[in-house]
Amino acid sequence: MTLAFTAESEEKFKALLGRYPNRQAALIPTLVIADREFGYLSREVMEYVAERLDLPKTYVLNTATFYTLLHKQPVGRYHVQVCVNVSCYLNGADHIADHLKRKLGIGFGEITEDGLFSLEGVQCLASCGTAPAIQVNDDYHENMTPEKADQLIDSLRQAGGGQ
Amino acid sequence: MNDQTIETPGKHLLRCGPGEDILDLDRHLATGGFEAVKKALDMQPDAVREEVKKGNLRGRGGAGFPAGVKWGFIPADNPKPRYLLVNADEGEPGTFKDRYFLEHDPFPLLEGIIISAYAIGANTSYIYVRGEFVKQIRILEDCIAQLYKSGYLGEKVLGRDYKLDIYVHPGAGAYICGEESALMESIEGKPGRPRNRPPFPAVVGLFGCPTIINNVETMACVSLVFRHGAEKFVQMGLEKDGGPKIYCLSGHLKKPGLYEAPMGTNLKTLIYDYAGGTLDDRPIKGVIPGGSSTPVLTADEIDISMDFSSLAAAGTMLGSGATIVFTEGTCPVAVLKRISQFYAHESCGQCTPCRSGTGWLSRIVDSIESGNGRAGDCDLLLDAAGNISGNTICALGDAAAMPVTSFVTKFRDEFERHIAEGRCPYGN
Repeated sequence: MTLAFTAESEEKFKALLGRYPNRQAALIPTLVIADREFGYLSREVMEYVAERLDLPKTYVLNTATFYTLLHKQPVGRYHVQVCVNVSCYLNGADHIADHLKRKLGIGFGEITEDGLFSLEGVQCLASCGTAPAIQVNDDYHENMTPEKADQLIDSLRQAGGGQ
Repeated sequence: MNDQTIETPGKHLLRCGPGEDILDLDRHLATGGFEAVKKALDMQPDAVREEVKKGNLRGRGGAGFPAGVKWGFIPADNPKPRYLLVNADEGEPGTFKDRYFLEHDPFPLLEGIIISAYAIGANTSYIYVRGEFVKQIRILEDCIAQLYKSGYLGEKVLGRDYKLDIYVHPGAGAYICGEESALMESIEGKPGRPRNRPPFPAVVGLFGCPTIINNVETMACVSLVFRHGAEKFVQMGLEKDGGPKIYCLSGHLKKPGLYEAPMGTNLKTLIYDYAGGTLDDRPIKGVIPGGSSTPVLTADEIDISMDFSSLAAAGTMLGSGATIVFTEGTCPVAVLKRISQFYAHESCGQCTPCRSGTGWLSRIVDSIESGNGRAGDCDLLLDAAGNISGNTICALGDAAAMPVTSFVTKFRDEFERHIAEGRCPYGN
């Protein structure tokens, strides 16, 4: 399979190139686009990015592996990230995490069998005043309670076509 | 200029209340927006810098370095392009203030960027925003687009002979990129590993060019300096530490959140008057005053002015103004465990004392909390922390060491009790 950006991503990618004095500087924003477009950064995707930016594959790999938001493994359609840092911890983040683990039947770093959800414990999301907080894909969900977590997962399951 | 607002605390930086935002340029202009920029652009760049110096504006990112002084470090005879980088990689646990500007009120930030870029002679500015802030990046890019459309950015800023481009650059999940030299590495498409200094960024920075890196809140403060004048700005804070400050109050509080108060507001006032006191009125056990890296204060140490100098004199730091409160009934070992795990996770791995040391700290604290601590572990922690401090390229090593040293020193009896009883007395 030959990879290619959609027209929308291609436009964003081209705009990036005009912003920097060299192509290396466009690497992380391009990887962000590729991660969204292809779901995660497989070896094939990283090679595609290397080709588009005319960079050595090892250069791309070296950078991509440093950053946690650039996924090197597939994640669920809904990637549920639970903050476990201090302010969230003080406000019950562990209960939210345990609740989500039970509800989804997976642990941190795992993905549900239907591929709908993945769960991850993450560091400070800058939501300390509205702790505990979780992030699902692009969206923050703050002042979380087990009840709110239930509602959220149920609605996502419905939207995602799960049972 | 309208000086009435000076008397109304809490409305200079945090002018949008809960649920409010100003994302439309016309709405911003109706509040007197961009008057500050016009005023600054009518001055010579050197005079702009002097005005910021007069305002005694200390950088709001954590280190508290005087902003105008920093700008002066660019060598006048360096012919290379200059860059202004804005650090919106907000990630120090406890900190959530820069998000306010990105999400609710980006124009004062953008005003500050235009003024600052003009002062240092930069034609390009990158705002480095942490990758989690997807929504905030969209909002910010939309506001920047409005500015281009109305002639506030581009080839001729406000019709003057000055060119400025502002771009948003996304981070991708690495706390270390909030460190200024790692931030530059990251923009250059590399892993965020801090650089040795010297050379300092003002001399050799982004793409090898003179570069100034400032925090989001600092930029918003620059806009205030020109909106109200340096003298009024100083009056909003302390003589040597001008302006208002956004305090991020979190933890066991009735009303956690962002509060704007004069620089130097008493910590007890922030906790009890602004944040409504502690949950269930429980007694305070400890307060981390300026983000998770800053040394903890015990309950008898919190009658203190929240400014850079006063906290430094008390052996801690204002940092990013991120105040985390925990009350009696909280296990201090458990709190430190979260903090130590964080720094171990976020060490870039470049310097051995930090790469190995943060892992040691985290594992020892974890073993104490889980009941597997050994006699001598407290001294081992202090020794390991002491061997990290000052021995690394950047401040992350110190950031990992300081909380360990302060928690073990100030709550030593509790650490020893965990070890003696072979369990967490709080039942964790």
